Amino acid sequence: MDEVQVKVKPEMVTVYIMGQAYQVPAGLTILKALEYAGFRLVRGVGCRGGFCGACATVYRLPGDYRLYADLACQTTVKDGMYLALLPSTPAERRPYDLKKVRPAGETLLALYPELGRCVACNTCTKSCPQKLEVMDAVQAALRGDVAKVAELTFDCLSCGLCTMRCPAEIPHYHVWQLARRLYGAYLAPKAEHLHRRVQEIAEGKFAAELDRLMRLSQEELRELYKAREIEPE
Amino acid sequence: MNLSPVTRHPSLLYFPGCALKDQAKNYERATLSALATLGYEVKELPRWNCCGTVYSLAQDDLMRHVGPVRNLIRAQELGETRVLTLCAMCYNTLSRSALFVQNPENLRRINAFMDDEEDYQGGVRVVHLAQLLLEEIGEEKLSQAVVKPLSGLRFGAYYGCTLLRPKEVAVDHPDRPEVLERIIAALGAEAVAFPERTECCGAYLTVTRPDIVRERVSEILLSAGRAGAQALLTSCPLCKFNLEERRPLGAPKIPVFYLGEALAWALGIEEIPEELRKSLAGVMR
Repeated sequence: MDEVQVKVKPEMVTVYIMGQAYQVPAGLTILKALEYAGFRLVRGVGCRGGFCGACATVYRLPGDYRLYADLACQTTVKDGMYLALLPSTPAERRPYDLKKVRPAGETLLALYPELGRCVACNTCTKSCPQKLEVMDAVQAALRGDVAKVAELTFDCLSCGLCTMRCPAEIPHYHVWQLARRLYGAYLAPKAEHLHRRVQEIAEGKFAAELDRLMRLSQEELRELYKAREIEPE
Repeated sequence: MNLSPVTRHPSLLYFPGCALKDQAKNYERATLSALATLGYEVKELPRWNCCGTVYSLAQDDLMRHVGPVRNLIRAQELGETRVLTLCAMCYNTLSRSALFVQNPENLRRINAFMDDEEDYQGGVRVVHLAQLLLEEIGEEKLSQAVVKPLSGLRFGAYYGCTLLRPKEVAVDHPDRPEVLERIIAALGAEAVAFPERTECCGAYLTVTRPDIVRERVSEILLSAGRAGAQALLTSCPLCKFNLEERRPLGAPKIPVFYLGEALAWALGIEEIPEELRKSLAGVMR
């Protein structure tokens, strides 16, 4: 039977990259569309899996006043999309010694006093590609609830979009990082069993067993592995 | 104690404000326990944000009203027509923003900006604790609920600015207020009159011009001291901070408590502090 050659012509959409129109296949992510159009990305691109936050970008759609914000690797192009390249968000991380700061609102406000400029406009929340309640986190910071800040920002990728859009010019992702560090260092319940195990290792409880394994041949290791105890399914 | 709910709406929506969750936790704790004893089921406004802290006087600064109005929308979403504040500053800012959006043009622009919320309809009233105690519970029921009358104690009611000015949001007559004095009397204590009770403590100048605040605080404390006040009662965390932390050497050291604390003492929920009990020796023990 003859092979039937079918040439599927991909459906194309028009996107505007920094003002210039390009025809790109529908279904591409913004990131791939930029590359399809010939841009070689060395900044504003990272893991391509929606985890690193490097490809934060903004775009508009025809007939819509909103400035959308999203990750370029996670958003597919739409016809008529206006795109831009956004290499990074400049923001200063204030220095601190985690051992010398208290897990309280005053720490957040002392290092980032611009938190007090929040007018609760909610622009940060609207610009978050992770759909976090960013403004609620700012508000929790203002009332000194460090644990709440840590909880609300757990999934923050530090992409910087909220920081770029904030009229109060708050460097959100640095504040969130500080809050999570404070939470981890002072507020989170301590994992006592982990502490005990680390101590046991330090005291050499497993040293002899490890030494014995290190001296075994590959064959002996294989046998040992086969004979290991496995939990019944 | 056998108290039936004093209101037909025992559920009461409450806006805490940032200070009540941080520096003024004792004010919140005391007041909420007292309100529960008085038969109220107080529920905290979900997802509230800062009241705005200082009401913006700039006519074209609509952005400053977005925060306060968003809180009113949160109340509206629950079908509530009023929200309680304990902090005088929150009361002032929220009330004035509620007033600001009574102007249809202001309301339209605020709603247009907040395209992520339902439109505010303008039907939420901001109520301060003092108003709730007097206008809804009333002196009679309040004094009936008192189990440890604060008799013998002489309190100076310190209003400051935010409960009284501007007059459109004043909880009482802006020049001759008596709500706090009436509450103090209902709790069994004596309210001493002192001329500086409605004077400004210096408010936010505490950051940039503490010298001015020290001057103001000195006058207020001297005035209260001359009138024989053993303690001052306030509902403003910033006033309390200034009266305590900006007190210059030489000014009388008069302790400052929150209105809700005195309420909790009289209702037998919290212990009267040692410093006041001492001055009441023989009366309260």
